[in-house]
Amino acid sequence: MSEKEVDLRRRRFLTSSVSVVGGVGAAFVAVPFVASWQPSERAKAIGAPVEVEFGKLEKGQMLRVKWRGKPVWVLRRGAETLSALEKQADLLRDPGSDVVAQQPGYAQNAHRSIKPEILVLVGICTHLGCSPQYIKSNDPHALGDDWPGGFFCPCHGSKFDLAGRVYKSVPAPSNLVVPPHSFLSDTRIVIGVDQGAA
Amino acid sequence: MKNFLGVICLALMIGGSGTVLASGGGVQLQKAHVDLSDTASLQRGAKLFVNYCLSCHSAHFMRYNRVGRDLGISEELLQEHLMFASDKSGEVMNVAMSVEDGERWFGVAPPDLSVIARSRGANWLYTYFLSFYEDSNPSRPFGVNNLVFKDVGMPHVLWKLQGRQVPVYAEDEHGKKHIESLKLVEPGILNADEYRRAMRDLTGFLVYVGEPAKLVRYGIGFWVLLFLAGFFLLTRLLYREYWKDLH
Amino acid sequence: MNKLLTCLLGWVDDRFPLTKLWNEHLAKYYAPKNFNFWYFFGSLALLVLVMQLLTGIWLTMHYKPDAERAFASVEYIMRDVDWGWLIRYLHSTGASAFFVVVYLHMFRGLVYGSFKQPRELIWLFGMAIYMLLMAEAFMGYLLPWGQMSFWGAQVIISLFGALPFGIGEALSLWIRGDYVVSDATLNRFFSLHVIALPLVLVGLVAAHVMALHEVGSNNPDGVEIKKVKGSDGIPKDGIPFHPYYTVKDIMGVIAFLFFFAFVVFFVPEMGGWFLEHANFVPANPLKTPEHIAPVWYFTPFYAILRAIPDKLIGVMAMGGSIGCLFLLPWIDRHPVKSIRFRSPLFFWLITVFILSFVILGYLGTQPATMVFTETGFRLAELYFTFFLILAIYSSESRGAGAYISWFVVLVGALLVIDFLRFDPVKSSLIMGSALLPLAYLAVFLLGPAFTRLNESRPVPERVVWK
Repeated sequence: MSEKEVDLRRRRFLTSSVSVVGGVGAAFVAVPFVASWQPSERAKAIGAPVEVEFGKLEKGQMLRVKWRGKPVWVLRRGAETLSALEKQADLLRDPGSDVVAQQPGYAQNAHRSIKPEILVLVGICTHLGCSPQYIKSNDPHALGDDWPGGFFCPCHGSKFDLAGRVYKSVPAPSNLVVPPHSFLSDTRIVIGVDQGAA
Repeated sequence: MKNFLGVICLALMIGGSGTVLASGGGVQLQKAHVDLSDTASLQRGAKLFVNYCLSCHSAHFMRYNRVGRDLGISEELLQEHLMFASDKSGEVMNVAMSVEDGERWFGVAPPDLSVIARSRGANWLYTYFLSFYEDSNPSRPFGVNNLVFKDVGMPHVLWKLQGRQVPVYAEDEHGKKHIESLKLVEPGILNADEYRRAMRDLTGFLVYVGEPAKLVRYGIGFWVLLFLAGFFLLTRLLYREYWKDLH
Repeated sequence: MNKLLTCLLGWVDDRFPLTKLWNEHLAKYYAPKNFNFWYFFGSLALLVLVMQLLTGIWLTMHYKPDAERAFASVEYIMRDVDWGWLIRYLHSTGASAFFVVVYLHMFRGLVYGSFKQPRELIWLFGMAIYMLLMAEAFMGYLLPWGQMSFWGAQVIISLFGALPFGIGEALSLWIRGDYVVSDATLNRFFSLHVIALPLVLVGLVAAHVMALHEVGSNNPDGVEIKKVKGSDGIPKDGIPFHPYYTVKDIMGVIAFLFFFAFVVFFVPEMGGWFLEHANFVPANPLKTPEHIAPVWYFTPFYAILRAIPDKLIGVMAMGGSIGCLFLLPWIDRHPVKSIRFRSPLFFWLITVFILSFVILGYLGTQPATMVFTETGFRLAELYFTFFLILAIYSSESRGAGAYISWFVVLVGALLVIDFLRFDPVKSSLIMGSALLPLAYLAVFLLGPAFTRLNESRPVPERVVWK
């Protein structure tokens, strides 16, 4: 190493430019590796919108279908169930469905659905991901005599009413999710496509 | 640096000569000249594929919606013109025919065509489409044969487009007969040029299906090389700066 | 900020030899200052290893080691996984790039005598890495479960069947875990390919580098820089690896990546050399492809195997051709390391060796015709004779008589071999091609006897620098 003068500024500048450009390159390289963890085309195809025919569904009956690997419930509610929904607002944590993420805008209403009698829910508890049970008021249950019917999560005891709204003082923090869905006809819906989107 | 370039040239030469490995049974293959940037051609090829091939041959690694997205075909047009065998656009291009049926009808099950362009090569496919001829030998179940695929198991499904071809024989010096060329004896719906163009479209589509990433690979590669070339110059400056010390 | 970092470093150093490692292997590792182009390939091999590990781990996330689903899962990666095609091409191109880099790295060691005392262990570790890499590549090639995967594995595993007394058959059955290459084989190869071999490989690479840093690097002049030290105890011709060789190697890495990316994005199949066409047909145990050849990096040894018309001897010759390389430090014991100062005959000896290796590699990809097989046999003879002559050249004090007797012995051996394998069908071919080894022996054994072409030149005290 000679004792010649070293241009430290130039050296430092070049070192940092190489570091920066190298860093940018490394970031580019990371993109494919990170992106490859996204749902693949196959996963997307399997998770494609599901059409459900519910013409034969009677009042109080519920259909279970699979959408994106998750249980989705389609429930036909009667007029008395719908009117009962309004009465228990003070027992609920979010009676007005104010938490926007839990339902699409078109289901942010008193009955949390497009058509009042047809309720569509993702059957996954918002607490830790178990699937709640559908328990009618006249089913055998241990939820008290005044249980008006609703959903009960066996894992940690969360309770939801027949619009999927969470009760107060249970572990689940928010209402059950209403998935994007839309009506193809009076008796046919598609889950996974927003009303008015297609 | 000179050495380095030499090595690369050598590598490219070897790479180039490797293509002869995929030749076609002694018959001179015709050049397909496929152009993957010609989307309209790929679209026409897709249409030919679903109309003529997809009844027996599947492409069970290829999804309809991927074809739609890559070739700029909307969901409605996809449903209307390409999807006869399936109703969900996320599905792969399967056929209804079972493997057993295929074996019973054709002797062998029609192979899946997803990566046929990668195993056979574009030129082989193109030549194959052009080389069906009538063969009256009673052992031929469909009365046709093919120059690049001797005793092929499938009928000439495109004969209505191409017309009927018969072989023209010639004798070599030992008096052995061989097929010299093929002659069109009855024209099809398309004339010879149109048919060639259609087969180029079809071959192009199969090349695309063989590797859909080909549509983006070259473009990305260009930017990557550009970036690396610039970066190389920068690292070279850094190297020279430090190595000044040693003089 | 700086003070905090120094503090943190001190805390770590009290508990882990971080600064010590940094100094020993980079900042105060003194490498000869005259490294040339050929010295890039060590760091490039390390780069490719890391790339293969990374892309391999990512491919494992999507690949299914199941004979029913393996082929489809590779196509799934190529199409359905976001950017899967790129990760797969990086891995498949990386496999070939690994061998390109390793072959050039070995060539460097061969011509500059880097395997010689005191670096024998580095060479042995390196050869072990090379062997392991071949096993790794071979097992990895089965995974796509195409026709070439299947039949390549079938052929290579059958090689073990050449062992006598029924051992061979039992051994190949055990390796396959079935009567043919099957799901069981695929599953165990997958496990070895993604876990066992990479673990050992990484360990061996660490040993290779540690052994190197213990004795210090050789250089194109083959001069020991540690013999001439300054008053500070630092070799006068040495420069700290960091920053001088780190900045140089970074430049090398980027240049390499340029060519590598070119292949990945523009010619990932390399015209059938990196990804063979027939491997896009799913494995079919009932139908062998028309023409079957191993991937290019195995073909020199494969050509030697094929050239010998006896299964057991062929397999032994193939094993021996790799074994000879292992023994190189004890075969070539000439005190002059670098080709720069060795004799003109040595230069030509190496040149002919490299040429025969490359031509053997080409022959290994071609159909086994009579002429090709005979050429392969002659080149195999040159390949093995090379090591003998290297050993004979180890001492320059031999008299003409010694060379002449060696010549007579080897020509005799050659004739005996040709006599034993004589086949009237190709008598003219055998007799004509015998000229090749005869001329070879004449030049390289009679040359030193009658000319001064095998004299080394004096090696300087210090490295040659500008």
